[in-house]
Amino acid sequence: MLAELQGSIGNDVLVGLMQAAAAIALCAVVVALCAWQTVHVEREAAISMLRGLVQMILVGVVLAVLLHGSLLIGSVILFMMTIAAAVTASRRLKGMNGALLMCFWSIVAGAGTIIAVMLATRSLQPEISILVPVGSMIIANAMNACAQAIERFRAEIVAHTGHIEAALSLGAEPAVTVAPYLQSAVYASLLPRLDMMKSLGLVWIPGVMAGMVVSGASPVYAGIYQFIIVAMILAASGITSLVATALMRSRAFSPAAQLLLRPADPATSGRPTA
Amino acid sequence: MLPRETPDRAAASIAGRATAALETRQLSRKSGDRILVHDVSVAVTAGEILAVVGPSGAGKSSFLRLLNRLDEPTSGTVLLKSTDYRSIAPQDLRRRVGMVMQTAYLFPGTVADNIAFGPRQRGEAPAPDRIAALLERVGLPGFSDRHVSNLSGGEAQRVALARTLANEPDALLLDEPTSALDEASVRGIEELILGIVGERRMTCVIVTHNRTQAMRLAGRTMVMEAGRLAAIGPTREVLHAG
Repeated sequence: MLAELQGSIGNDVLVGLMQAAAAIALCAVVVALCAWQTVHVEREAAISMLRGLVQMILVGVVLAVLLHGSLLIGSVILFMMTIAAAVTASRRLKGMNGALLMCFWSIVAGAGTIIAVMLATRSLQPEISILVPVGSMIIANAMNACAQAIERFRAEIVAHTGHIEAALSLGAEPAVTVAPYLQSAVYASLLPRLDMMKSLGLVWIPGVMAGMVVSGASPVYAGIYQFIIVAMILAASGITSLVATALMRSRAFSPAAQLLLRPADPATSGRPTA
Repeated sequence: MLPRETPDRAAASIAGRATAALETRQLSRKSGDRILVHDVSVAVTAGEILAVVGPSGAGKSSFLRLLNRLDEPTSGTVLLKSTDYRSIAPQDLRRRVGMVMQTAYLFPGTVADNIAFGPRQRGEAPAPDRIAALLERVGLPGFSDRHVSNLSGGEAQRVALARTLANEPDALLLDEPTSALDEASVRGIEELILGIVGERRMTCVIVTHNRTQAMRLAGRTMVMEAGRLAAIGPTREVLHAG
């Protein structure tokens, strides 16, 4: 295992770091152009790039170890990834009680279900070197779908407080009053995944297929397998978005069908924010 | 001497209103440390229009929102025909205590879709002639198939009123229903309110910042200040005293 780790740290890494420096320099030019246009993302871009680089180096080291690890370790890693994904997604709901748990269960429902189905149908081999990379792709997409769905849903509710309360005042159930906004949030969260599916093979050839072809698999089978992965990503994202918006809807109203999720100005509105 | 009732006198007047259709008892609501409504007890009878006036931030709209339980009281309660409203399902309560807001907030679609919204929530589909009759009553004959995006402010507010009336409520809450309208539309809506409340013997509570509007519409007026009931009585006496 140690030899494997040492093998992955050599001249290749040095070359890779130099290439990463060039990539960072190019990004810095773009950030400078943005700043010139008074779009200030300098700090966020610097932190994101630094984090991204460090995280990917660490992942590389972990994967080198994983190639010889047990399935249990792989499952633990996927669990930790799910927690990290929930923390990241829940940042879109600052100030909402229980946002972390809500995101966690949504991602577990989406990514967990799909990974389990893939393992059961043998479309995902129970080998750590396959389970972790494919699982992480599914979890990452579920996280993005969760974040996009809840952010859009909250924005829609806050923007349509008057319409929602008008519907409540006419005797509508809470679920009816926010149905159009829930639909638009789920649709918006799935759009990037649907576009990904549409452009598969036309605009981009995803990494899994490329890797399989390079390692000698039949290109046709590699293409079919890549489609399966993207389809499962879409399914996981859909389940995650549906669960996240349903959980959020239940938190948006009190038991007496009063809208709690409101524009954040209790001093003037006289009503608490959720 | 000002003809103002103290809260005690107001409470005493409640005792004399045995036929109250809508009654609040020590109704209060706080948000954090801020008092929005404090210890308000009033009773309104069927067919009566009660105006709620007061300066901005006095708690008028907060009070109104408590009456159909859009917000939850911190303490106290509301009785609807002597029944504590917490024992009524919120959806049923809001059908019985209809509310028209400052902005019409019409739903995308036609005028008929909007009128049918309330009845559809309880599985009823109002007949076209009933929708037509409601629109006729609010002065919008033939508007059924109009898209709501093609309505003026006054027309939209009339549709909002018809939409609420389609639920056949016992009480009608109006939150500054004419504040965004021109003078001609204001008078038209006022006549409509007076006519409908009289015909249906509905209980009506209207929040208004316009004291002359209160004079034109309401038999009684309550004045709110800092969330408290400052005065209540016949409109002319209360407003002339103020």
